[in-house]
Amino acid sequence: MYNFTLRWLAFILLCVTSPLIAQQTYPANDIANPRSGYYAFTNATIVKDAKTTLTNATLLVKQGKIEAVGTNLPIPKEAVIINCQGKYLYPSFIDAYSDYGFDAPQGGGSSYRSPSQMISKTQGPYSWNQALKSELSHAKLFNVDDSKAKDLRKIGFGSVASHQMDGISRGTSVFVSLAKEKENLVILKEHAAAQFSFDKGTSTQDYPSSLMGSIALLRQQYLDANWYKTKPVQEGLNLSLQSFNANSSLPQIFETNDKWSALRADKIGDEFGVQYIIKGSGNEYQRIDEIKSTKATFILPINFPQAMDLEDPTDARFVNVADLKHWELAPTNLGAFEKAGIAFALTSNGLKDQSSFLANVRKAMQYGLTEQKALEALTQTPAQILQVADQVGTLDAGKWANFLITSGPIFNEKSVIIENWIQGASYAVQSDNWNTLAGTYRLQIGKEEKSLVIKGNPGSYKVTMIAKDTTQVDLSQKESLVNLSFTNKAGKSRLSGNWNGTDIGGTGQLATGEWISWKAVRTAAAAADSSAKAKPAKPEVIGDVVFPFTGFGKKTIAKQETILIKNATVWTNEKSGVLAGTDILLKGGKITAIGKGLKDASARVIDGTGKHVTAGIIDEHSHVGATGGINECSQSVTAEARIADVIDPEDVDIYRQLSGGVTASHILHGSCNTIGGQTQLLKFRWGKNAEDLKFGNWDPFIKFALGENVKRSYNTANNRFPDTRMGVEQVLTDAFTRARDYEKLGPGKRIDLELETLLEILNKKRFITCHSYVQSEINQILKVADKFGFTVNTLTHILEGYKVADKMKAHGANGSTFADWWNYKMEVLDAIPQNAYLMQKNGVNVAINSDDAEMARRLNQEAAKSVKYAGMSEEDALKMVTLNPAKMLHVADRVGSIKEGKDADVVVWSAHPLSIYAKSEQTIVDGTVVFDRVEDAKLQEALKAEKQRLVMKMLGAKKGGMATRPATPSYKAENMCEEDHNHERSLWERISHRFVNID
Amino acid sequence: MKTKIFALLMLASLGLNAQETMHPSPAQTKKIVISGGTLHIGNGQVIENGTLSIEKGKIKIETGAVSGDVERIDATGKHVYPGVIAPNTNLGLVEVSSTKSTADFDELGEMNPSIRSIVAYNTDSKVINTLRSNGVLLAQIVPQGGMISGMSTVVQLDAWNWEDAAYALDNGVHMTFPALINRPMQMRRRGADSDPVKLGLDKIEQARVFFREAKAYLQEKTHAATNLKFEATRGLFDRSKTLYVHCDLVKEMLVAVDFAKEFNFKLVIAGGTDSYMIADILAANNVAVILHEPHALPATDDDAVDQPYKTGAQLQKAGVLFTICQDSGDGYTQIRNLPFLAGTMSTYGLTKEEALAAITLNPAKILGIADRTGSLENGKDANIVISTGDLLDMKSSIVTHAFIQGRAINLDNKHTQLFNRYKYKYGL
Repeated sequence: MYNFTLRWLAFILLCVTSPLIAQQTYPANDIANPRSGYYAFTNATIVKDAKTTLTNATLLVKQGKIEAVGTNLPIPKEAVIINCQGKYLYPSFIDAYSDYGFDAPQGGGSSYRSPSQMISKTQGPYSWNQALKSELSHAKLFNVDDSKAKDLRKIGFGSVASHQMDGISRGTSVFVSLAKEKENLVILKEHAAAQFSFDKGTSTQDYPSSLMGSIALLRQQYLDANWYKTKPVQEGLNLSLQSFNANSSLPQIFETNDKWSALRADKIGDEFGVQYIIKGSGNEYQRIDEIKSTKATFILPINFPQAMDLEDPTDARFVNVADLKHWELAPTNLGAFEKAGIAFALTSNGLKDQSSFLANVRKAMQYGLTEQKALEALTQTPAQILQVADQVGTLDAGKWANFLITSGPIFNEKSVIIENWIQGASYAVQSDNWNTLAGTYRLQIGKEEKSLVIKGNPGSYKVTMIAKDTTQVDLSQKESLVNLSFTNKAGKSRLSGNWNGTDIGGTGQLATGEWISWKAVRTAAAAADSSAKAKPAKPEVIGDVVFPFTGFGKKTIAKQETILIKNATVWTNEKSGVLAGTDILLKGGKITAIGKGLKDASARVIDGTGKHVTAGIIDEHSHVGATGGINECSQSVTAEARIADVIDPEDVDIYRQLSGGVTASHILHGSCNTIGGQTQLLKFRWGKNAEDLKFGNWDPFIKFALGENVKRSYNTANNRFPDTRMGVEQVLTDAFTRARDYEKLGPGKRIDLELETLLEILNKKRFITCHSYVQSEINQILKVADKFGFTVNTLTHILEGYKVADKMKAHGANGSTFADWWNYKMEVLDAIPQNAYLMQKNGVNVAINSDDAEMARRLNQEAAKSVKYAGMSEEDALKMVTLNPAKMLHVADRVGSIKEGKDADVVVWSAHPLSIYAKSEQTIVDGTVVFDRVEDAKLQEALKAEKQRLVMKMLGAKKGGMATRPATPSYKAENMCEEDHNHERSLWERISHRFVNID
Repeated sequence: MKTKIFALLMLASLGLNAQETMHPSPAQTKKIVISGGTLHIGNGQVIENGTLSIEKGKIKIETGAVSGDVERIDATGKHVYPGVIAPNTNLGLVEVSSTKSTADFDELGEMNPSIRSIVAYNTDSKVINTLRSNGVLLAQIVPQGGMISGMSTVVQLDAWNWEDAAYALDNGVHMTFPALINRPMQMRRRGADSDPVKLGLDKIEQARVFFREAKAYLQEKTHAATNLKFEATRGLFDRSKTLYVHCDLVKEMLVAVDFAKEFNFKLVIAGGTDSYMIADILAANNVAVILHEPHALPATDDDAVDQPYKTGAQLQKAGVLFTICQDSGDGYTQIRNLPFLAGTMSTYGLTKEEALAAITLNPAKILGIADRTGSLENGKDANIVISTGDLLDMKSSIVTHAFIQGRAINLDNKHTQLFNRYKYKYGL
């Protein structure tokens, strides 16, 4: 049997002297005390790696490394033998994503209303941007922090790759063991991986102020780094770029905070030939097919959302079903990865309570994660990710002796980690579990003989003493010292003794006060825990993953159909005008026939009697379906920012707008700077992913802006040029002049994404939609465009367009405006509801747009206002929200009218489409019914039922003792152009100012 | 030559009608008879081919032909409506909402019952005329700021100054309740959150203490030191004034109902986003609602996409007296759309006449002026709108005549004037 005393001695010695190194530079304040650190762990069940388990095997460790592992190994004489009978040995876990040894980042952030910080505050030969810190080598900044190390060792980790999680380009992480040693001994790999994220962290610099800005900055960094390889004199020494290049051969790890963000990261990687390893967020199961298509290896957190206290139904109402579903489904994430065959490692990062780590892994195992995969994800996969598989990850000869000694199979709920050995040194975790007192003993107290039965686990033993009667005995233990006490008629007797690992014995005082000797001789060990291999209970029924992951998603995305709309009033927007009693056939996503008495046996028939059919509504100016900030405000020219990078296909506003007949929408950058960012035209293919929502094969556009927003009239501390409309003209002229000069540069120039984009405009490959209000500025930008030889494609908002409609016509600009908004700010004082009409009368192609998530649902009625205020014809009015925006977006060959061969984007209206009494009954995109009012009622019922089920489940979890947090309302910010409307459409905008502030 | 004359004529008409020279109409002198139109009484009743006369500013529904020297308006094919009433607005208290110097609706301090909106009401706001031409003839001018914001006045929209405008003076007191809900994570500062519900309730308790003290103060006739704030609450206790509590959520409204009960105040909820969830409670307590504009986004992602559109119908069904308002930051510029907001509510469940009542008779009742206006009933003020088509549908609504207290008002506005100016420029 195991020698108890020796074990403790070994442990104590190990704690003071490292077995690691025979020679070192550090002088010792002692006489030499060399150790070989030679150990033989015998009789163990050794899980060498996730696929290989050896029983009754031996692990030999020497000087911190594994010397050999196997069965029937000869035991070297000088090895200390540690008998691991009944114990399991596993490779210690590896966390590929940790901030161990670093402080949490502090401070940072910038405010919209404070002055701009244009350049980095980091001093030295580094990047222009404070969030780009490739020069950081975390090995140089790392400090051993044993209290944190202890927490990680407790849950089984032996080594981690660590860095301070701050900034976009973060430099290299360092791979360290969790040993309590000098830094030079625990650093196992100086540069483990290059680290990236989308989050600028504590950078106080304005740029980037949005997700699309972060992405643009990353892109430019790749280009700059490539250019830097040519040693450009203009740049001098740039240690950030130098390190960026030096780090490029390392594993590249990208931190993301959402499934879409993971796809975004991968896409950037694809552009530059980099396959990122993606640190995920835990909701990837919601789009597992897309996640798989990244071909990335993931590092996944296991921080499941905490249940909420939903006792109050009026509070519960504000928790979206999507949040409730995620609470239920989050534990399926790892199982989904495994099922999809996507490689992944596990990280403890993000856990509020580190000690819940193993419990959460077990929970994931109830939801589809296998034991083998779990172990791989904690050992081999992170080792491979970090390219340290030669050092750690399995129990093979030559690797570091990083291993766990556990009381049973590690993922068994009753098993405990007894010790965590790191670099050949032992760290106690639950060392009381080395040996158990459980068993049956022959107990001799004085002259009496009884039977003593100890059951249970260390710390919670249940002890009985059996003679004629059965007596309960209290037991307490401090390592080998044991106290027993029991009460009989005479009173309480107290025994004190020492345990030699098998038997216990000592002295005691009976109730009478008499001193006696006693001993308990073990006659039988406790029976093995029969539940060790018990399969976890099957989990309860759980809800479906729906697409999109919102209350209005479905298990399967709506499919394209052949549809025959019979006997409707059809507003063609073509020469044929409005056709009564007409049929339309939609097939293969196109309009294939318009006429009377059409037939198609395979078609789903929609009875159009009494109904009106129009082309789908196209919104020239919208901000829905984008995330991470709609404005990149930080500089006056940010042509490099792209809405295409930040599409949110799950924005419920898309579904809401489908209910108002919108089928395509032009998503614009906001208006807080002169040259804002590249736009994206979407088709509202509800349920599909960001890429599939994009309108294919369209001419790219960019958002410009003029006036109050770009001169920051609402920021009294503005220090960003320009501050006047005079300055705006200079910004524009300068930007295009720079672009022309850039074009002339020879080969080897630095590719500048901002100037490349501006060149596209000059070369008529990209088109402008320019936010503009007053006549002076409209005239101004037309003149700038004339000077540089291009046309301003669209003037959007254009509330004083009617004053210069003749000039717009002469220039060739389109006008996209509001029906009747005015007077909420100085530059809209002269806005009039006859504006659209006057522009149209001058021959300008005019659209009515929304710039408002709510109003977009009523654009047909907004168009009708031109009939009311100016006497425009009804057909012309309808065209302003269908065909005209299609023309100004260069897609009128495919959408905007009901014509054979065009896309099957149509709306079936309950009444005259310009009437306040009209509702969309069906909204069809590419021949797919994406909104159906009858279907919508069913969806709402299903949503209610699903929500009720989940609320009940969460209440049940609370009742079952699960910790909860207060009900937290779900929230989505409505994207706004900037200080444009001062119009609160959402509840939170309405009530945010009613909160009581205490600070 | 011809062009020159045309130009001169245009200039002349501009000169006459420019906003600064538009003026309120003089009092009615001659009897007016409107005949042949469809009369939408406002109480649900519709009279086809009806005749209505106006004498000394009052309405009379005629049953036979009216003879004599009267001014006749042929409304054949047209629709005649009561003037639309816009409750809960800061119209005239602000001209350009983004520009602070033009804003006079948000006073400092938490307890300001003595504040009077009417004294800052600008009858020359450029916005007012744009509302009249869509049929909006009366408005409730409401102060904001603090928890007790002050008193509102109902005004008619054809006046030289605020004294002329006042239609029901200082007859409402307005409170804004604190939000009684947890903040979403994204609205918290650095993640942590105090308990906004508790803080909110504590703040409401301060108001309760205020009114308890006011009540005690008002028991006694003379005071060593006069408290203007307490004096201003007298009308609430004698029910000559109504308490408007601005709030949206169920808990807030439940607290408001009991708050008003404690002091026996007449209560109206303004905002009332979630009022449909407790419609039966509001109906049982005779609490009316001024609903936030129906053209709003649903309160949560999970709410029905058309919830704000159908809330009115749900209140109607439950028997709650309700009206609608435009209370967004730029709401005052959007009041001309009130008829269309009512139209939307009709699309989503109200009958057209119920929808009309929601912007005419209902607000008149809520604002305590139903004895004088809100419907085309005998003896009421002749606040009347004539439209060529359905007033609630922008497709057909064109207002041709409007009367306030019998005065035929000028339907021109800044927009028609700019329209004319540029029609002239382009020769249209």
